[in-house]
Amino acid sequence: MTVWRDLVGQEPTVEVLSHAVRTEGAMTHAWLFTGPPGSGRSTAARAFAAALQCPQGGCGECRECRTALDGSHADVKVVATEGLSIQVRDTRDLVQESALRPSVGRWRVIIIEDADRLTERAADALLKALEEPTPRTVWMLCAPSLEDVIITIRSRSRHIRLRTPPVQAVAELLERRDGVDGPMALHAARAAQSHIGLARRLARDEGARIRRRDVIAMATRIVGVGDAIDAAADLAQIADEESTASTAERDAAERSRLLETLGADPTARTQPPHIRSQLAALEKEQKTRATRHARDMVDRSLVDLMSVYRDALVLRLGSTVDLINPDAMDKVRGLSAVFSAEQLLGCLDAITEARDRINANVPPLLALEAMALQLRVPRDLNH
Amino acid sequence: MTAAAVPSLALVSGPEEVLVERAVARFVTAAKAAGADVIRVDATGYEPGSLILHASPSLFGGTKCIVVRGLHESPDELQLDLLSLLGGPLDDVSLVVAHGGGMKGKKVIDTLKKLGADVVDCPAIKSDRDKSDFVMKEFARARRKITSDGVRALVEAVGKDVRELAAACAQLVADTEGTIDDAVVDTYHGGKVEASGFRVADAAVAGQAGEALRLLRHAIATGVDPVPIVAVLASQLRQLIKVGAAGRGSSAQLAKTLGMAPWQVDRARRAVAHWSGDGLAVALQAVAAADFEVKGGGRDPVYAVERAILTITRARAGH
Repeated sequence: MTVWRDLVGQEPTVEVLSHAVRTEGAMTHAWLFTGPPGSGRSTAARAFAAALQCPQGGCGECRECRTALDGSHADVKVVATEGLSIQVRDTRDLVQESALRPSVGRWRVIIIEDADRLTERAADALLKALEEPTPRTVWMLCAPSLEDVIITIRSRSRHIRLRTPPVQAVAELLERRDGVDGPMALHAARAAQSHIGLARRLARDEGARIRRRDVIAMATRIVGVGDAIDAAADLAQIADEESTASTAERDAAERSRLLETLGADPTARTQPPHIRSQLAALEKEQKTRATRHARDMVDRSLVDLMSVYRDALVLRLGSTVDLINPDAMDKVRGLSAVFSAEQLLGCLDAITEARDRINANVPPLLALEAMALQLRVPRDLNH
Repeated sequence: MTAAAVPSLALVSGPEEVLVERAVARFVTAAKAAGADVIRVDATGYEPGSLILHASPSLFGGTKCIVVRGLHESPDELQLDLLSLLGGPLDDVSLVVAHGGGMKGKKVIDTLKKLGADVVDCPAIKSDRDKSDFVMKEFARARRKITSDGVRALVEAVGKDVRELAAACAQLVADTEGTIDDAVVDTYHGGKVEASGFRVADAAVAGQAGEALRLLRHAIATGVDPVPIVAVLASQLRQLIKVGAAGRGSSAQLAKTLGMAPWQVDRARRAVAHWSGDGLAVALQAVAAADFEVKGGGRDPVYAVERAILTITRARAGH
């Protein structure tokens, strides 16, 4: 057993990191983990933190290792946001905390899981701490790519690049860690395009599999302009429903907990002003969380949709690369028959464009409509 | 403004602030002229019991006029106090209550009406038609003549805010002589058109490029943000596509299934006859691109909207 067991398909990275743990001279105070979503950036950072705290350099068994891995170690601080961005006031607190000596462990570790969501001012606030660190403080930042963090952070940290893990490795992890049976693990790993978290969800959640199938079926259904608008509305609605279903309960629980903390009467029709302002702040936070969640859901659907066009393009070009959707072969074949390679590339571009637009605050419905209009097929492939 | 006899009970109901203020002011002036003390009670910061205190007879005699504003957002205590006040005899006190609409405080309203209160209606002035009526009434009250072109020009220039419209009417009455026509309005408010995103979108969807661009410039110049304009363009085109794809059927039924108002369905039906499916697709895609540019994807938001409008009008012509 080692702390690295859940970091699959990243042997070179494990090599570098464990060398840094063993050798004093190879250690540095700021690390930047990049890699595609689901490749295990934060897993790598946590495992590294555990290895640093562990007296045996990462046994995976001791108290230090276990607490560091699940984020409850006193000297390992994990920062992640459920909102749209990490604000400057959050990072200022972090900078202050980074100046303290470790309390029980050997290092004080601060992991920022969404360094790409740091606002520019927030990132600026980190610079001094990254440049002149307190001895025995280690910063670990995670981001999808180097371009997602500002250049002054990039130049102050050591870069670790994770690769997309092989499908086989992800399937093995699902079998070993989550007890998913072999064929299902392989299917999920392939459908999730090696995104470990997604693969796990697909393997264990029937609803997620059905949603994915619906999204893929959409590709061949869009014939007329009206179909495109309907398909876009469906996509947006799936995301909305999913996001309200998963957050409504939590929002209500948070609200009643806040009222309890403030000693307010939860049944009162109107609350006193100071409680109202606290409630408003909570609701604002919940709203950004819901926005983020809905956007993430749409994005996930778009990645699924993209995979069909990618497969059709692979087929069209006669390439020998593995397909992502061998189980939806009829749709892939249909698309590759009616579209030329250029048109398929155009479809892929349209989907990418929609993802970019949604990220830039274009209303998801509008972005999806523009995309779906581009995806119209010349004739209905289902008949 | 006639200093009519002070009614002992008056109800000013309706959401239009300008009219409410006028009605209340009329009662207050009348009360002052009759030598009464005017006491104003604000509903939002009401302290229980103070109404009864104000209404109780003074040691030195004299009459009182109590004005209660904002009954529609008043706390329950005020309503209870009002009801108990209305339940007893009202000696030497006249009561003016303003209610902005809604269900809250309905019991008080019913009681007032039952007791024969003087009711003044202040309906919301929203559509262009309401505004035209308002303007004509304003001039009629000042015993001045205004042509229908003059009314249209005035509503177009300053019609966004009723208060501003009232002020503009007062100014024209005070500063000019004779009949007021569009030339006179133009002297005072020339070159100013308050265009909303809806008017821009209507013109664009109707294929009037020049008109749409002119209105867009006016809208931007009077402080409308490009973002809602793009949103309106998108929703109009979306409605066209939905109605176009829905096929036949009564507009009421269609309105129900599509989640639109029947008049929207009828309007979209008339407009969609001039459009092709591909044209609509091109137009909506242009709007999506403009939305991205308006929100920081491009350098010049206004130019982005202009280009989208031109693409829309061209897509309509090109079918």
